[in-house]
Amino acid sequence: MLLTLSWVLPLAGALLLLLVGNADGRRDGVIRWAALLVSIATFAVTLAIWAAFDGGVPAFQFVERYPWIPAFGIDYYVGIDGVSLLLVVLTAFLTPIALLSSWGSIERKVKEFSIFMLALEAAMIGVFISLDLFLFYVFWDAMLVPMYFLIGIWGYDQRIYAAIKFMLYTMAGSVLMLVAILGLAYLHNAATGSYSFDLLRLYTLDIDPSTQMWFFLAFTVAFAIKVPLFPFHTWLPDAHVEAPTAGSVILAGVLLKMGTYGLLRFSFPLFPDAAASFAPMLAVLAVVGIIYGALVAMVQPDMKKLVAYSSVSHLGFVVLGICAMNTQGVEGAIYQMLAHGVSTGGLFLLVGMLSDRRHTRLISEFGGLKEVVPRLTAVFMIITLASIGLPGLNGFIGELLIMLGAFRWDPRFVVFAGLGVILSAVYMLWMVQRVYFGSVTHEENMKLPDLVPREWAAAVPLCAMAVVMGVFPTLFLRPMESSVEALVERVQARQNLRVNRSFESFGPFGTFERAERAERPER
Amino acid sequence: MLALIPLFPLLGFLINASVGQRLPKTMSGAVASAVMVASFVISVMTVLELAGRPPGARAIEQTVYTWIASGDFVLDVTFRVDPLAAVMILIVSGIGALIHIYSTAYMHEESDGEYARYFSYLNLFAFFMLVLVLGANFLVLFVGWEGVGLCSYLLIGFWFRKKSAADAGKKAFVVNRIGDYAFVLGVLFLFVQFGTLDFQRLAGMVAALPPEEGVFGAISITTLLLFIGATGKSAQIPLYVWLPDAMEGPTPVSALIHAATMVTAGVYMIGRNAVLFSHAPETMTIVAVIGALTALMAATIGLVQNDIKRVLAYSTVSQLGLMFLAMGVGAFGAGIFHLYTHAFFKALLFLGSGAVIHALHGEQDIRKMGGLKRYLPITYWTFLIGSLAIAGVPFLSGFFSKDEILYETFHDGHTMLWLMAAITSLLTATYMFRLVFLTFHGERRHETAAPEHPEEQEPAAVHHAPSDAPSHHRTIAPSHLHDAPPAMALVLVILAVGSVVAGYTGVPHALGGHNRLAAWLAPSFQPPAGTTETVAEPEAAALELTLMGVSSAIAIGGILLASFFWLRRRELAAALARRYAGVYTVLLNKYYVDELYDAAVVHPIQRGSERGLWRGVDVAVVDGAVNGTGTIVAEGSAVLRRLQTGSVRAYAGSMFIGVVVILGYYLWR
Repeated sequence: MLLTLSWVLPLAGALLLLLVGNADGRRDGVIRWAALLVSIATFAVTLAIWAAFDGGVPAFQFVERYPWIPAFGIDYYVGIDGVSLLLVVLTAFLTPIALLSSWGSIERKVKEFSIFMLALEAAMIGVFISLDLFLFYVFWDAMLVPMYFLIGIWGYDQRIYAAIKFMLYTMAGSVLMLVAILGLAYLHNAATGSYSFDLLRLYTLDIDPSTQMWFFLAFTVAFAIKVPLFPFHTWLPDAHVEAPTAGSVILAGVLLKMGTYGLLRFSFPLFPDAAASFAPMLAVLAVVGIIYGALVAMVQPDMKKLVAYSSVSHLGFVVLGICAMNTQGVEGAIYQMLAHGVSTGGLFLLVGMLSDRRHTRLISEFGGLKEVVPRLTAVFMIITLASIGLPGLNGFIGELLIMLGAFRWDPRFVVFAGLGVILSAVYMLWMVQRVYFGSVTHEENMKLPDLVPREWAAAVPLCAMAVVMGVFPTLFLRPMESSVEALVERVQARQNLRVNRSFESFGPFGTFERAERAERPER
Repeated sequence: MLALIPLFPLLGFLINASVGQRLPKTMSGAVASAVMVASFVISVMTVLELAGRPPGARAIEQTVYTWIASGDFVLDVTFRVDPLAAVMILIVSGIGALIHIYSTAYMHEESDGEYARYFSYLNLFAFFMLVLVLGANFLVLFVGWEGVGLCSYLLIGFWFRKKSAADAGKKAFVVNRIGDYAFVLGVLFLFVQFGTLDFQRLAGMVAALPPEEGVFGAISITTLLLFIGATGKSAQIPLYVWLPDAMEGPTPVSALIHAATMVTAGVYMIGRNAVLFSHAPETMTIVAVIGALTALMAATIGLVQNDIKRVLAYSTVSQLGLMFLAMGVGAFGAGIFHLYTHAFFKALLFLGSGAVIHALHGEQDIRKMGGLKRYLPITYWTFLIGSLAIAGVPFLSGFFSKDEILYETFHDGHTMLWLMAAITSLLTATYMFRLVFLTFHGERRHETAAPEHPEEQEPAAVHHAPSDAPSHHRTIAPSHLHDAPPAMALVLVILAVGSVVAGYTGVPHALGGHNRLAAWLAPSFQPPAGTTETVAEPEAAALELTLMGVSSAIAIGGILLASFFWLRRRELAAALARRYAGVYTVLLNKYYVDELYDAAVVHPIQRGSERGLWRGVDVAVVDGAVNGTGTIVAEGSAVLRRLQTGSVRAYAGSMFIGVVVILGYYLWR
C-alpha cells in the first residue's frame, strides 16, 4: 500500500486543490502551504519505503498487483528495486524544494500551478514504480501534460515555442515506444498464447536478435530524447530557459533521469543482444555529448542555458556508465543520476533566485555579487563544486564509478569522457567568476537582498545532500547493490552473441584487458 | 588518534566558516592558529611514537570508515603514518601553524568577516593537505589533492574584487584539473591492473614484478599519467604556468601553499610510490629530464623578473624541478630532504617578502625598493639567511639537501642533468642575491617612483585600508616604515633558525654525519616486505667531497656575480639587458608560454565552441532540422487544409473519384 500511496497522495492533493475556490487569489497562501505539506508528506512516505526496503534482495519489493484490463493482460502492477528506490526518493525530495522556490516567483494562478506540480510528481513517481509496460506508458505520457502547461503558462518570453518543442520532441519518441510496447505484447502472445505487459515476464521472452534491434531502437530513441543524448538535445536548452524555476528544477532533477532510467529498466534488459551491439555506438554519442555539451555550455551568455547544456554533458556520463554494463558502471550511473538531480536542481534553483531578483539571467548583467550577497555566493559555490565533481561532494562518486566501469569496458571512452571533467571546471568556474567576483559593475546589483529564510529552507537541504552523498556514498550504494548486480547479470547472461571487444590496436591496454578477462569473469 | 591530526583544522574551518563572521579578529585568528598548534602537537606525539619502534615496524594505521563500496571496488578512508608521512605532517602542521600565526598580523587590516573567511580557507587547506599526506590509498590522497587545489583557488582569488586575482585562481584550478585528468586515468588504470589502490599493497605487488625495460609498458604508462598529475600540482613543465600567477593571493598563502606544502604534493606522491616508479625506468628518466629542464628554465626567468613575489615563485618552480630531478634519478631520500629544507627557507623568504610588502603598503616591484636594510633589520637578516640557505652556501640547510641531489645525479651517471642542475644552482644564487641587493641594499628608490602598474599591487593594505590611512603609499616617510610586528617577526626568526639547522638531520657520511633523515625515510621507499635495515652503502667520499666543493664554489660565485652586477656596477646589468635585448625580453615575458597556450589552446576552443558548435551545429544544423521539419509539416498542412472546403459537392466529387480509382485498380489488376 505504501508504494501506491506515494503517487496517490500527491494526486489526491492535486484533486483536493481543484475543489478550493480561489478566484481572486485570496487563498494563495493556504494553497501554497497545502501543496508544500502534501509534497513533504509524500517525501515522508518515500523515506518510510526506503527505511523498510531490504537492500540485500535483488527482487522487486512493495509489489502490488491488481488486474486492470484482463483481456489484454494489463495489470496495475507496481514495485521497486534498488534501481528505482532512490529515484523515487529523489523525486519526492526535489518537489517540496521546487514548490518552495516558486513562492517568490509564481504570482499568477497559484492554485493551478500547485495542482500541476503535484500532478507532475504523481506521474513521475508512477513512471519509476510501474512494472507493467502499459501502466508505465500511461504515466510516461501523463507526465508530459503538467510539464507542458508549467512551461507554457508560467514560463518566460518564448514559453510557447519551448513548450511545443518539448511536447513534440517527447511525443515523437513516445509514439515509437508505444508501438514497441504493443509489439512486445504481441510477441508475448505469439510465444505463449496470451497478451502480457508484465515487465518481469517480458524479461524472460526470448526474442530473435534481429528483431531485438528494432525494438531496442524504438525504446532507445524515446529515452535518448528524454536524456537527452546528443544529437536529440536541442529541446532541452529551450525548455529550461523558458520554464519557471520550479519547472527547471524538476526537469533537470527528475525528468531527464527518466530517459536513463528507461535505458536501464527497459532497453538493456529487454533486448540484451541488441544492447550489446548498440552499446558502443550509444557510448560514442554519450562521449560526444559530454564534450559537446561542455564546450557549448562554456560559451553561453545565459546562466540557465549554461546549466542546461551542462546537463547534456553530465547525462552523457550516465549513459556511458549504463553502456559499460558492469557493477561500477551502472551503480555509478544511478549515483550520477541522483547527484545530478541534487546539484543541477540546486543550480537552477539558485539561478532562479538571481533571476527573481534581477529579472535577467544574462551573465553579463551581473558581476561582483559576492560583495552584495555573500551567503548566496557561498551556497552557489558549494553547489558548483558539487557539480564539477570535487571529491567529498556528490558529483565525484558517480563520475569516478562510471569512469572505472567504463575503463573496464573500453578505456578509450574514458580517455575522451575525462576531458569533460576538465571542461566542467572551466565553464562553471568561469561563470562563477563573472557573476560573483570582480567589482559590482551594474548599479542595480548594489542593493540585491541576500538569502531570505524561505530560500535558505530550499537551499540548505540541497547543500547538505551534496555533502552527505559525497562523504557517505555507501548509504546510497548499498540499497542498489544487489539489484544492480542482478540486472548486470541478467543482461550479460542473455547476450547470446558476445560482441567482440578486443583492443589489440590499443597497445598495452589491449594486452592487459585480455589478460584480465581471462582470469576474472566480468562483473 | 591519527584522524585527529586533520580533524583539528577541519574543526577550525567549521567554526570560522559558520560563526566567524560574528567573531572579533582576535578570536577567529586565535581559533585558527590554536587548531593548527593542536594538530602539530599530535603530529609530534605520533612521530615520537613512531620513532620508538624498530625501523621495520614504523607504520601506524587507522581506518576511519568505508567510503565507497561498489562490487569489487571497496575503498576505505584509511590514514597511515610512516616515516615519509611523518616528515610531511610535521612540515604541514608545523610550518602551517607558524604561517597561521604570521597571518594574524599580516591580514589584520581586513574586516572581521573577511578575516574569518581567510582563516577558514587556511584551516580547510591544512585539513586537506594533512589528508593528502596521511591517506593510505590513492583516492584518499586524491581527496586531499583536489581539496588543496580548491583551497588554493579560493585563496589565490581571496581578493576577489581584483579581476587578476580571480583570473589567477581560476587558471590555477583549471590547469590543475588538466593534470588531475591524467592522474585519475592513472589511478583507474592502476586499479584495473592490481585490484587495489592501497599504497602498501601496491608496493608489495609491484615489487614482485620485474622492472619494465625497453618497452613502454603498463606500469610506465600508469606512472607517466600520475606524473602528469604531479606536473600540474607541483608546477612543472608543461603545466607550471599557474604558479607565478598564483602570487595574486595573500603572501602568507604563497608561503604556505605555493612554496612549502601544496606544490610539493607531486614530489611527495612520487616518493610515496617509490617502488612503483622504480619499476618504470622510462618514466623515471622523463621525470628527471622534466625536473632538470623546469629547474633551469624557471631559474632563467627568475633572473629578470621585477616583482619580488614572482622571483620567489619562479624560484619555487625551479627548486621543485630539482626535487623532481632527485626523484627521477631514484634519489627519493634526497628529494624529500630538499622538500623539507625548502619548506623552511622558502616559507621564510615568502614571509620576509610579505613583511617588505606590508611595510611598503603593497609595493612589490623591487625596482622601487632598495635600502630597506636599515629600516627593516629583522626582515633583512632573516631574509638574508633564507637567501644564503637557498643559494646553497655551505653549512646552511639548503647546502646539504641540494648537494645531495647534485651528488646523486652525478653518481647515477647523468652528467648532463648534473650540469643543468649545477647551472641552476649558480642562477639560484645569482637571482636570490639580486633580490637581496635590490631590495635591501643601495638607496631607497620607492619614495620617488610613480606607480607604473597600480593594478599589480597587493591590496593587503590598499584595498581595505581605512580612508585616513596613507593610501598613496609611495610617499611614506622613513619613520613610517615599520619592521615586522611581533607575530610576524617571531615567525621569521623561528623559520630562520630552521633554515640554518634543518639540514643537520641529513649530514652526509662524507662529512662525518650519519644522514639520519635518509635512514629514517628509507623504509618508506621499499616494499613492505623489505624491512631489512638499510645498510649505508659505502659512498665515494672523495667524489662527494669534490662535488661539494664545486657546488660551494658555485653558490659563492653566484652571490659574487650578483653583488658585482646589482651592488657595485648596477649600470652594467642594465647595459647587459640592453645589449641582449632579445634574450632579455624573452625571459622577461617568460618565454611567451602563456601567450602560446592562449593562442594554441584557449582561443581555438572558445571560438570553435561559440561559432562552430553552438551557433553552428546546435542552432543552425540540429535546430534548423527540427524547426525545418516543423515548417514542412505546417506548410504541408496548409496545403492540405485547402481540401477541407466544407462544400458537400466537393466532398462527394472526391468520394466518387476515389471509388472509381479503387474499382479501377481491382478491375485492371
